[in-house]
Amino acid sequence: MVKKYLVFMVQVHLNFRLAELESLADLHGIKTVDFAQYDRDSPFFIVELENDEQAKKWISRSILTRAIYEYWGQGKDYPQLHASMQNDSEFQHRKQEHCNASFKFEFESFGGSSSGKLDRVACIESFQYLDFKGPIRMKNPQQIFTVIEEYEPLNDNEAGETPLRVFFGREVQRSDRFCGALEKYDLKKRPYKGTTSFEAELSLVSANIAQVKPGTIMYDPFAGTGSFLTAGGHYQAMVIGSDIDGRMIRGKGNQTIKANFKKYKDSLQFLDVLTMDFTHNALRSDLLIDTILCDPPYGIRESIKVLGAKDPERFAGKENVEIDGQKAYLMRDYIPTKKPYSLDALLDDLLHFAAARLPLNGRLAFWMPVANDEDIETIIPLHSNLELKYNCVQEFNKWSRRLLVYINRGPNFNGPANVGLGRSKEKFRDRYFNGFN
Amino acid sequence: MKFLTSNFLKCSVQDCDRSNDNFPLKFDGEKCQLEQDEGLEFNPEFLLRIIDRVDWPAIVSVASDLGNTTLPPTKPEFANEELSEEDMIILRDLHTLLIQTNIVEGQMMCRNCGHIYYIKNSIPNLLLPPHLA
Repeated sequence: MVKKYLVFMVQVHLNFRLAELESLADLHGIKTVDFAQYDRDSPFFIVELENDEQAKKWISRSILTRAIYEYWGQGKDYPQLHASMQNDSEFQHRKQEHCNASFKFEFESFGGSSSGKLDRVACIESFQYLDFKGPIRMKNPQQIFTVIEEYEPLNDNEAGETPLRVFFGREVQRSDRFCGALEKYDLKKRPYKGTTSFEAELSLVSANIAQVKPGTIMYDPFAGTGSFLTAGGHYQAMVIGSDIDGRMIRGKGNQTIKANFKKYKDSLQFLDVLTMDFTHNALRSDLLIDTILCDPPYGIRESIKVLGAKDPERFAGKENVEIDGQKAYLMRDYIPTKKPYSLDALLDDLLHFAAARLPLNGRLAFWMPVANDEDIETIIPLHSNLELKYNCVQEFNKWSRRLLVYINRGPNFNGPANVGLGRSKEKFRDRYFNGFN
Repeated sequence: MKFLTSNFLKCSVQDCDRSNDNFPLKFDGEKCQLEQDEGLEFNPEFLLRIIDRVDWPAIVSVASDLGNTTLPPTKPEFANEELSEEDMIILRDLHTLLIQTNIVEGQMMCRNCGHIYYIKNSIPNLLLPPHLA
């Protein structure tokens, strides 16, 4: 037997919202949701689930949702809502189920407000047919019954004042967002951050779409200041990061990635960060990595470099240089030279690595920058073992970035591939600094 | 770097992948400075999941490099249902070793190519000179 639930979402990052809901449903093995009913333009989504337990699991981690309610009814106005609730075949049963619980009423709205014109008390009293016998408790009630009013905004700047639709439901689960995740991980309050730190909201959304799971290993090969490690730690994965730039992952004084984890009380989840070139990887090949989540360097704020000499002739024979009878390259303070590398080649390496290291059905998620004004089609890197599951675009003025999410389907998948073919004609960095002209 | 992380690291040199001696790296016990991070709380479920992923012979080998020769030769096994008091004692010891032991300074070497990697300010550096990259 399935029951109706109402999902109340936020109307932001719409290119990511469905991907998050689908990924979280899949993560918890929820199969009863009909995503064909999902409407991108609406914050409401009525679904069928087996029970409250499923609803809780599904929505508790969500960032682009506000909450999920047991659905009791809806109407164009209050009289219609009351009729819809009382005419429902489940009404008598629902009313009985929680009739002795302590409770309170809450009001939510979308797209406007009644501007104080609605008498809340009178409104609540109009629900007296519910016949609740439990005590009213404003603090920690056992049940919260919520009235959600949807308004149509008069225009972009003016909120509407007359409700378009009214919903009624019993609150089952507030989302991670509603419980304060964005405030907690706000970059402004983070002890260690840098110019390349990734904002809290989309880093948490990325971790959800990547299906970072509690107790599994998540790896970020371009860790920088650890934004994605933080998001992975929040979802209770054991996180490990690496970066070719040791200064970034080291931090300064009390401002370190470790200090961030301590502040968030996720210290145990943080395994380590390594100074390492991702393309010369030192993680043993039989170490199971469940999820790879990262924001590779775009070549703007940080250049794309790998180990090796740009001009090999200049370095010929340097391995024989000795200082005080010791090989220079074996000394503690030796700094190896690095050479420029292309974003295409780096992403190819990332896809190969993911295909080799992820378990079957494990996910690789990374961000890729794209110039918007190019006439040529954006070519998404593809590997024959990896299914491209999502391609979510975040638009900026003249450029955009995409969250690309792949699922490892193994060697028999035989999907389309373009790795190693040198996809982009021009470097993103050059396009960026030329103002995309 | 945590003691545990030694269990994840091989030599970065790609040619060494063909050898069986590129993992674990050999730690120079005399040059390694250890610290205990008591702030990391004991969580048996977390630890059990970690132990699942661990290559036990490499744990024994690195522990011995660092002067601890008390580990059993085979990976301890734990009951799936309820952990006994004895299990908890072993898990607590492993928590102290794998999670709380931090290598602040030190060096480790590939047993195949002999390249030396340093650990500085608790962060291992696995970068390579151009002739090995």
